[in-house]
Amino acid sequence: MKDNVVFVQGNEAIVEAALYAGLNFFAGYPITPSTEIAELLSLRLPQKGGKFIQMEDELSSMCAIIGASLTGKKSMTATSGPGFSLKQEAIGFAVMTETPSVIVNVQRGGPSTGLPTSGSQGDVMQAKWGTHGEHAIITMTASNNQDAFAVTVDAFNLSETFRTPVILLFDEVVAHTRERLVIPKPDEIKVIQRLKTSVKEGTDYHPYLPREDGRLPMSDFGGVHRYNVTGLAHDMWGFPTTDSTTVYNLMHHLVDKIQGHTKEIARTKEYYLDDAECLLISYGSSARTALHVTEDRRLRGEKIGLLELQTLWPFPAEEVKKKCLNASCVIVVEMNMGQILHEVKKAIDDPEKVFLANQINGSFIKPSDVLNIIRIIQGRGA
Amino acid sequence: MAVKDYIREKFFPHIWCPGCGHGIIMGGLIRAIETLQKEKNDIVIVSGIGCSSRICGYLDFHTLHTIHGRALAFATGVKLSRPELTVIAPMGDGDAFAIGGNHLIHAARRNIDITAIIMNNNIYGMTGGQYSPSTGYGEFATTAPYSNIDHPFDFVNLAIGAGASFVARTTTYHVTSMIKIIEKAIMHHGFSVVEIMSQCPTYFGRKNKFASAVEMLKYYRDHTTPIGSKDKKNNPDLIERGIFIEKEMPEYCDEYDKIIKMASKGE
Ligand code: SF4
Repeated sequence: MKDNVVFVQGNEAIVEAALYAGLNFFAGYPITPSTEIAELLSLRLPQKGGKFIQMEDELSSMCAIIGASLTGKKSMTATSGPGFSLKQEAIGFAVMTETPSVIVNVQRGGPSTGLPTSGSQGDVMQAKWGTHGEHAIITMTASNNQDAFAVTVDAFNLSETFRTPVILLFDEVVAHTRERLVIPKPDEIKVIQRLKTSVKEGTDYHPYLPREDGRLPMSDFGGVHRYNVTGLAHDMWGFPTTDSTTVYNLMHHLVDKIQGHTKEIARTKEYYLDDAECLLISYGSSARTALHVTEDRRLRGEKIGLLELQTLWPFPAEEVKKKCLNASCVIVVEMNMGQILHEVKKAIDDPEKVFLANQINGSFIKPSDVLNIIRIIQGRGA
Repeated sequence: MAVKDYIREKFFPHIWCPGCGHGIIMGGLIRAIETLQKEKNDIVIVSGIGCSSRICGYLDFHTLHTIHGRALAFATGVKLSRPELTVIAPMGDGDAFAIGGNHLIHAARRNIDITAIIMNNNIYGMTGGQYSPSTGYGEFATTAPYSNIDHPFDFVNLAIGAGASFVARTTTYHVTSMIKIIEKAIMHHGFSVVEIMSQCPTYFGRKNKFASAVEMLKYYRDHTTPIGSKDKKNNPDLIERGIFIEKEMPEYCDEYDKIIKMASKGE
């Protein structure tokens, strides 16, 4: 076996990918089922001169990575369920201050302590709206270790490109499934470095003045430009303001820099879509079940296909609309009570053809959970 | 350099009320930094939320104005990733010891080289005068209209108990010793806590029958005493000021560097 082929669980794949992407600083707090990420990074990060710290709680872990990121380090934290709730205020600070950061949420059953060791996809909407105030954010997911690796590297790249927190919304099933992972060679996947300002020392640097393309080159804290960073609405110097024009422009900039690049950020995978009459839409571990059903029914000659979403936010509405055009029925397969279902319904012109196949009891969604819905739609009963 | 060289004049006027103690602390901090001849580019100020925390924007260093209570958590991220920087965290009493109390005790326990300056005015000023963890029993606040039945923290003892390796208390009346103490705290290699009693004439003063900021300063003069003074023996109610603890202990970032050496050998 080649030494870049390993047999690992999803949490290990995420660690390998983060290191591949140049992770330099990790802060976390123990929580099931994401703890292995922290354990492994406490071992691996110092080997390359990076920093690991176990903080006193979830809130401070998020705060610490923002502090580290401002000094120019690629930073990440990882958590699950309750910990994701606790991080929300600081995630909003990263949004407002446009600080690149990656947050892994290995979803587990909720609400509250819920089902700590069971898979769930109940945090899809929280990833989008968990922190208060109008904003936009990037959220990605994957259904297997190889893809988890790819989207994790992507998360770092997008975070640096758009100066935004990126949420990696995995779940217990992907995080704890052991499977083969081929670690890409260096340079096989592009790793994007932070865009730094070319403004010279002694010249006025405006940390929050977007260039024509909307991007804001950064300057490391501790470097040659001294500026203010605040969670208050701020002007181009990063100084608090309530000036209505400045606030209006800031709000638009924060949302538009992400919503305006939905196409560029969208990652999807397609299986048998060309002639599909019945289209499954799924993401994360649920997509494994959806793929199984698709391949199984194809063998029986049914015209079924799968659209797997890897970017959940910004929601790739246009692409979903296009892909659903020729299908007579669309089934969203997810482990919640229809969080992406409603996005799909909103995206297409004939929402009455969209159905939900789900599971919320803590067990992993089974092919029969999907087949039962297909039978009902086809009028064959459950 | 002159004091004004450390200030971002373009962001003035500041938001503080006339007579507020926070400006005195800002002046003290600047003079301490000036005496130490620190490069402006090597200093990072990290604050939380409140009247006190606005100090951030006015100072011409790298300044990070964060969220309520979490200044030390952000500061930990900055310091651990760039240990060569001087990191100072000015916070209010509610910021540091109510919503942010957990971060303070853990930063103390780790002994990470950050200087925490607690601008203690015994009240939440920014939100209009609610009682804080240092409002005294029997004192008044907008949320204690009948009188406060909470007992206040003793910040100095709390910081010592949490393991801080430098702990001091001073007031806005004792400016020269305040400057000296801040200097020492910044130079101390480890976690330092400096409590500075600071008057809020607008809310604490008004609610507790202080006629003016000057009356409050006189109160600091008359109700505090140097550590171990004779006066304290005669009047145990006097609040002691000075440096309570100054000890050498392994510093967190140094310790982490040893981990890096150990780990990279193992590879
Ligand atoms: S409310 Fe109190 S603490 Fe706040 S600025 Fe006014 S005097 Fe100072």
